[in-house]
Amino acid sequence: MVNRVVVGAHYGLRDWLAQRVSAVVMVAYLALFGVALAAARPVDHAAWKALFGRGWMRLATLLFFASLFLHAWVGMRDILMDYVKPVGLRLALEVVVIVLLLACMAWAVEILWKT
Amino acid sequence: MPDASLRKKRPLWYNLSPLNLPLPGLVSILHRISGALLFLLLVWLLYLLEASLASAERFEAFKRILAYPFAKLVLFAALWAFLHHLCAGIRYLLLDIHRGVDLATARLSSVAVLAVSLALTAVLGWLLLW
Repeated sequence: MVNRVVVGAHYGLRDWLAQRVSAVVMVAYLALFGVALAAARPVDHAAWKALFGRGWMRLATLLFFASLFLHAWVGMRDILMDYVKPVGLRLALEVVVIVLLLACMAWAVEILWKT
Repeated sequence: MPDASLRKKRPLWYNLSPLNLPLPGLVSILHRISGALLFLLLVWLLYLLEASLASAERFEAFKRILAYPFAKLVLFAALWAFLHHLCAGIRYLLLDIHRGVDLATARLSSVAVLAVSLALTAVLGWLLLW
């Protein structure tokens, strides 16, 4: 028989870390985006589109969105755990959040690569 | 000398109203509220980005949307939510690495978060939305 202790404080560590790493990635992207915006100063559609046209900018923006959606998932999960007590309802809302964020991720890819 | 046993019987009454919170607590609950608000606006904000990038015609439609006072109002709220969430988030990252954890500094930084995010909202809102 395996003497396994099934309690512990480390179960949330991965989410805790993911929330902070994604936050740092987003802050870094915002700094990059701010510099790119100040350098290009897009005033019309063509210039605005060209800003996202470069390969590295697309990749950085996609990384930003991936971080944003992961960050949003951890945050929304925290909120649902705190305020929605019925397990069935909470599970349903968590599924809604996950599906919505996955759809947003696919949409973000389409927005960035269609243009 | 007052009787200690009488004092013990006094009920504890915590006022948990957000308006009665100490400032770091106010920053904390606003961090949660702003995060929830940004989540709720996520699809609309992505839609705006899509419209702005898709084509020159859609870009004009995007500009027409931004001309609506109600759209401006919602974007203004989103701008504050984003800036508050960003400033408070940077404060929490610093607290995580044990920077500014003593009471005086933590109070000061919570005031700074509220003030800087409101000031940036006013400035950026003025520049971008008007």
